[in-house]
Formats: sequence, structure tokens, C-alpha cells
Amino acid sequence: MAELFHRKLERSAIGFVLAIVAAASVGGLVEIAPLFTIDETVEKVPDMRLYTPLELAGRNIYVREGCYACHSQMIRTLQDEVERYGPYSLAVESKYDHPMLWGSKRTGPDLARIGGKYSDFWHVAHLTNPRDVVPDSNMPAYAWLARTTLRLDDLPLHLKALRAAGVPYTDAMIENASIDAYDQATPESSTSSGVADRYGQETQVRVFDDVATEVTEMDALVAYLQVLGRLTDAPYKNTAAPQKPPEPVK
Amino acid sequence: MILTLTEAERQIALGISVAVALGGLVLAAAGTQDTMEVHGWLILVFGAICAVVVIRDLWGPEPPRSRLESYYDEPIKAGIIASMAWAVVAMFVGVWVAALLAFPDLTFDGAWASFGRLRPVHTSGVIFGFGGNALIATSLHVVQRTSRARLPDQLSPWFVLVGYNLFCILAASGYLLGVTQSKEYAEAEWYADIWLVIVWVTYFVLYIRTLARRKEPHIYVANWYFMAFILVVAILHIINNLAVPVSLGHAKSYTIWSGVQDAMVQWWYGHNAVAFFLTAGFLGMLYYYLPIRAQRPIFSYRLSILSFWGITFFYMWAGSHHLHYTALPHWVQTLGMTFSVMLLVPSWASAGNALLTLNGAWHRVRDDATLRFMMVAAVFYGISTFEGSFLAIRPVNSLSHYTDWTVGHVHAGALGWVALITFGSFYTLVPSLWKRETMYSPALVEWHFWLSLAGTLIYIFAMWNSGIIQGLMWRTYTEEGTLAYSFLDSLRAMYPYYISRTLGGLLFLIGAAIGAYNMWRTIRAAPSSAPVEGDVPLNAATAVARG
Repeated sequence: MAELFHRKLERSAIGFVLAIVAAASVGGLVEIAPLFTIDETVEKVPDMRLYTPLELAGRNIYVREGCYACHSQMIRTLQDEVERYGPYSLAVESKYDHPMLWGSKRTGPDLARIGGKYSDFWHVAHLTNPRDVVPDSNMPAYAWLARTTLRLDDLPLHLKALRAAGVPYTDAMIENASIDAYDQATPESSTSSGVADRYGQETQVRVFDDVATEVTEMDALVAYLQVLGRLTDAPYKNTAAPQKPPEPVK
Repeated sequence: MILTLTEAERQIALGISVAVALGGLVLAAAGTQDTMEVHGWLILVFGAICAVVVIRDLWGPEPPRSRLESYYDEPIKAGIIASMAWAVVAMFVGVWVAALLAFPDLTFDGAWASFGRLRPVHTSGVIFGFGGNALIATSLHVVQRTSRARLPDQLSPWFVLVGYNLFCILAASGYLLGVTQSKEYAEAEWYADIWLVIVWVTYFVLYIRTLARRKEPHIYVANWYFMAFILVVAILHIINNLAVPVSLGHAKSYTIWSGVQDAMVQWWYGHNAVAFFLTAGFLGMLYYYLPIRAQRPIFSYRLSILSFWGITFFYMWAGSHHLHYTALPHWVQTLGMTFSVMLLVPSWASAGNALLTLNGAWHRVRDDATLRFMMVAAVFYGISTFEGSFLAIRPVNSLSHYTDWTVGHVHAGALGWVALITFGSFYTLVPSLWKRETMYSPALVEWHFWLSLAGTLIYIFAMWNSGIIQGLMWRTYTEEGTLAYSFLDSLRAMYPYYISRTLGGLLFLIGAAIGAYNMWRTIRAAPSSAPVEGDVPLNAATAVARG
């Protein structure tokens, strides 16, 4: 009987097309749609901060260079991972990540909690030539980041696009995006209190790449790496394995 | 090739080429401060070259009416050549990135040569360049033969093939420039994605129009798979790539999905790119070329049905097994694991169906390297789908995830299954399309076969070893209850395997290059006098009479 029906189906291209679409749609609908409606999917965390324009620019460099191919940003709920990298990742921590950078491969270590673990100086040295600080590393050298000036003028457009995608950047944040990015890496600037006012007092305002006269891509990437895992304290408190948040290395 | 188009089609082709070139100009003008500008010029040049090619033969003679008495194979030939060209390039980049993991200073202080930028050139080049062109070419061949109908027109297959390759070029060149969404296997940016949608819809319409012209009442199994491939890839591609561009002058965009939902959409896409691009499409090849080459009918029609609907339904649930123990809700992980295990049934139904089809033709498998390619492909299909279901089990995944084991698994499928079934199909197809009796050198086909098999085995054994060692070192504790190894200890242990996998990949690359050379010589050899009997559309004569 079943076979008879299929013989019939095989005679209609349109019928076959509809059957394929129907069969293939179920899995996605059942698994994806509820992720937007079930409230517990993403934890409610009031202190979750947004990326500053400089950190966002750094994140875009991370995206551009394909760092996700070797580094995950997702600590799993396994004892050895929690002991090696820190508290397991919560959904809320990547709530504003477009795209998420959870990754799928660890040729290098996980970076979800790298922020504050090493000094800026270490990061700059490591990115300039990883083998200077980790002799057996197989990471590519990114020395040219420090030679490349960061593009600041279009940052308002970036924030605007992200707001359209659902990140709650305010008008003031969008308007001041370029100046905020400059200020965050230039603490001597007369307006540098603005970025902390807009993004929270925990925002790290300092010269990241040791060169105060220019904001480079190195500044941006290090600023991003230093904020990874530090946008909220929730994973240290509201989890099955609470810990004390580490003191960041300056 | 332009001479096979009617005059009206040539004019439309010219119009499309000029429109593409102008589109490139607009992008170049809008993106003067962005990498977009480079892509604008690239599109302009691409459109201009197409226009020149069309113009050269624009006023040539109209193709004869007798063309309707034969299948339209010109774009299929071009697709095979494009596929082999992408294979050699993308596998070369694969060997290169493999070497970079062992010798990281091979980057010449250039941004473009770092692992993160080259790796998607390799993956997209192999999956979309090599695999995609092979699928377009073979699907258009199979749909004509099994429907006993010629493609409905001459222009749309060329649009699909050439347009698709423009997408591949934009994707690969973009990664070198740093234009990427960092979404695995969907790295290409918004404008390339939109272009692919246009191309893909044309492909679907072309396929359905050809089926509508069929002279056989039933649609053959291979076409089910090609249809599922075309349809589902369209759905996946559109939903996963929904994004907000920074501006029309920026190559960069932000995906509309974020965090955990983005992760789920991404792996729903990613895993089903494996299912419908790398499995369904290539099963379409298997279900046509393997029985042809073995000269045996498919073992079981019922198994074909079971396998097809099982794959189409189950696979779409399986993506969440990429996210075990993550911040993805537990119930989704469990569903993904369950369906991944169940997937073994339809997968082995097809693998078994293929191998049982060979019963009675094992002497041909022994003597004919081309058939052996397809037989080994079916075996690797069985192995890698078993491995896939196994790795999707949550506790197994806790060891294997993030390690090289996943990479090894992917290559068992990509080298052992996808590439081998493609080579087998091409070796069947090339002599018949170019009207030759055999390949230029059957001995070189043997060389290709053994190099491919050796390369694949070396590769996956290296990755099994490195992956399992890595996973175990990460979770080993000392007697005092502390972690026994630093991350760096595990990296140090990887170097021998990274070098041996590079060698395995190199063997596979050499095999592919030999295959490309052999096909090239076959194409250039003088045509045999004997055309293949009966390889024409049904009722071709009446079609000509009716015009």
C-alpha cells in the first residue's frame, strides 16, 4: 500500500517538491522556533554590558581573521573544562554576539574567559609573534595589526546595523561611536570619560598596544580580548559552580 | 559554446553580462573605502569577460534545428572542467593550511596567508567549488538521461554554472581579503549570498522545467536526491544568511541571529549542508553512475525510498549535536543526539543498497578502477555515517568535540565519500560526453585510485590519533586531583600528526592532479568514430518536426 502511494508521488514533480519541503521543515521548526519563545533559554542578567565601539571593532578583526577556526568561546559544562578555563559559558554571555563565535575546534585554547588573564603587554607580544612568548605555539603572527590604523569613521554605521539586528545601542552611543573608540585607547583625551559614562564604569580605558599616539587594530583586538568573559559576573554567581571572579591583570 | 545558443538567447546573455558588469561598477563606486571596492572591480571584470565572449559569436549562425535531437551537454562539460580546476586549487590550499599548522611561519608576514583566512578558501573551494560544480554538472546530465528529455533551453544552464562560479570566486577571494561572516561553511558576505540566491532559484526552475518535459512517467531516484539537494540548500542558505549590511558600501554585515539562537541556526545550516550538499547530491550521483558502471540495476527500490525519506526527515533534527554541553538548552541537545543515532538507518540503507547492487559485478570492481572508486566511496559513506552517529552521542562527544577527531570525521566523508564518488562519476562521464571509447590512460586512473585511498587512510588515521590523544590529555587528572597536562602539552603532542596528515593530503592532491591531467588528455584526444547508441532524448525527431 505504502509503495503504491510512493509510485504515485513519483509521477508528480510538484508533489515531490512539496513533500520534500514538508519533511525537511519539521526538524528546524521544532528545534529552533521555541528558542525564541521559551524564557529560560537565555538567562535574565541586568548587569550584562554591551561591547564598546573599540571592542566591537576588535571583535570584527577577530571575525575577519577567522580566529574562530582555532579558538572556541564556549566552555562546556564539564569538570575539566571548568577547571582549565573557568565557569562554564552561559547563553546570556553571547546574547549580543552577531554572529556568535562559539567555534567548533580548539587548535588553540578556549578564549571565553581570556579577558584579564594576561596583561596587555603579553597580548601584544603574543599577537606580534606568538613564538616569542610561547615557543611551541603554532599560531600565525599578526605583527601587521600594530602597523594598521583602525578605521574609526564608520563605527556609527556598525552600531546602527547592530541595533537593527537587536542590540540595544542608544542614539548617544551611535552618535559618539567614533570618538568613544578613539578615547577608549587614548586615556589622556579630554573627552575620555564619555565612553565609561555610556558603557559602564568597568569599561577598560587605557592604551592597549603601548603606543598612545595612534589607535591601531592591535588596540582594538587587545581591547576585545581583554573584555571576553567580563561583560557580566553572572557565570561566577548564578550557576551550579559559583566562583570568585578573578582580579584582572592590568 | 556561444554558438549553441539561439540568437535571442545570445542577446539575453549579453544583457545579463552587461548588467552584472554594471552591478560591479555600482559596488566599486559605493565601496571606495572598503574591501567592497575590490569585489566591485572583480565583478565588473567578470561581467566584461562574459560580455566579450558572447559578443564574439553574437552574429554567428543560428544553431541547427537538429540540436533538439540530442541532449544539451555543453554546460555539463564546462562544469566538469570547472570542478576539477577547483579540486586541484582547493586541495592545494588544503595541503597548505595543513602545513601551516605544523610550520606556522609560512605566512610571509601577510594577512592573507594566515590560517584563519586560508582555511575557508580550502573548505569553500572544496565544498562549493569542486563539489558544487560536480553536482550541477552531474545533476543536469542525470536529469536529462533519466527523463529522456533535453534541457528546456540553452541559456539558463549557462547562467547557473557561470553565475555559480562567480559566487565561488567572490567567496574565495573575499576570505583572502578578510571579507567573511565567520559562520562556518557560510562565510561569504551578503552580496555574494544574494547573488547565490538568484543563481539557485534559476537552477531549481531549470530542474523542474526539465522534469516537466520528461518522457518517463516516474521520476528516477537520483532526481529525488538532486531535488532535495537544490530545495533544502536554498532554505538553509537563505535563513542562515539573513543579515543587516553595515551600508551598501560595506562588505561587512551583521547576521540577524545572535548568541544561542545563532548557534542553533548555524549548526542547523552547517550539519544540513553536510546532509543535503555533501550527502543528498552525491547520493544522486551514486544512484545513477554506480548502476550504470556496474551494469546492474539498483538492488532494492524499497530501500531507496526508505533511505531517501529517512535522510530528508531525520537530518534536519541532527544539527544540535554540534552543541553538546554548551549553553544550548538540554532538550535540544537530546533531540539532536536521538535523531543523529536514528540517522544510521537511512544512511546504511543507501550504503547497503549501493554495495548489494555490486553483487554479481565484483569482478568488475576488481578490474575497473572507476567502479572501484564508487565502491570504496560507498564503503566510506557507511563508515563516516556510522562515525557521525557515534560522535553525536553526548558522552562520546565530550571527548571528541573541539578536537581533530571531528576534522578526521569530516575528511572521511569529504575525501573517502564525496571526492571518490565524484571521481568515479567523472571517469564514467568524461569518455561518454566527449565521445571517446575510454579514458586517455586507464593506468593513471589506477594510480589516482591508490593515491586517493592511501592519502585518505593516512589522513584519517592521523586525525583519529591526534584527536583522541588531545581529548584524553585535556581531561586527564593527576593522583592529586589536578589537571595533568597544560594545553601546550597537548599541542606539542600534535605535531607529528599534523605533519603526517599534511603528507596524506598531499598524496590525495597528487591523485587529483593526475585525474585532472588524465581527463584533459582524454578531452583533447581525437574523437572515436562510434557515437553511443540510444543516447538521445525520446521523440527527438517529432520534437524537431514540431519545432
